[in-house]
Amino acid sequence: MPGKTSIIVHSGEMDKIYSALIIGSGSLSMGMEVSMYFTFFGLLRLKKDGLDKGSLSKMNMLGLGRWMVKRRMRAAGVEELHKLMSDFRELGGRIIACEMTMEVMGITRSQLREDLIDEYGAVGTYVNEAKDSQITLFI
Amino acid sequence: MAELKVDCAGKNCPVPLIEMRKAIKKATKGDVVEIRGDHPASKKEIPMAVESLGQELLEVTEDGKMWTIRIRKVKE
Repeated sequence: MPGKTSIIVHSGEMDKIYSALIIGSGSLSMGMEVSMYFTFFGLLRLKKDGLDKGSLSKMNMLGLGRWMVKRRMRAAGVEELHKLMSDFRELGGRIIACEMTMEVMGITRSQLREDLIDEYGAVGTYVNEAKDSQITLFI
Repeated sequence: MAELKVDCAGKNCPVPLIEMRKAIKKATKGDVVEIRGDHPASKKEIPMAVESLGQELLEVTEDGKMWTIRIRKVKE
């Protein structure tokens, strides 16, 4: 019964990174395989110290909204992005980094969290993952 | 046969679900995983995940806001 989820992480905004990692780790918890393809602004979150650097997609208010949301998340018992990412990896979730974005944005492998990345690829890699997936999302 | 206990009191989505999955992964066949929490949606989602994972749901009990779910690992 368990199948596969593949997610394109295009946005680098904090709330959307949360959504992607929650859906990714939730899918793993239900027994599915998961791959997350980080591209464009999403790829910036794989830079060293980049995971929780994103702004809020709405009501960021120069970081004030972001600060408030983070505080409320902590009070509500929502995990930090770092914990969600390490759980995602522990449960076997795969991370693919977009090579085209790296070229366009001038990002080298050594600037990325290489310990988190399973594969460097392009659109063919994503399509190959998605064609066997029951759930595929663009976030 | 061991019994693994996981406490997710005060934890929100998706933590109880993830912690359940991690505990099932760590357990060996025949072990029982007991997970306790108060996140309302997880009380029905953990049994859904247990079914999807092909494991055995032993019982779901409630005490006020707290719930306890017992699962037996029946397959690797």
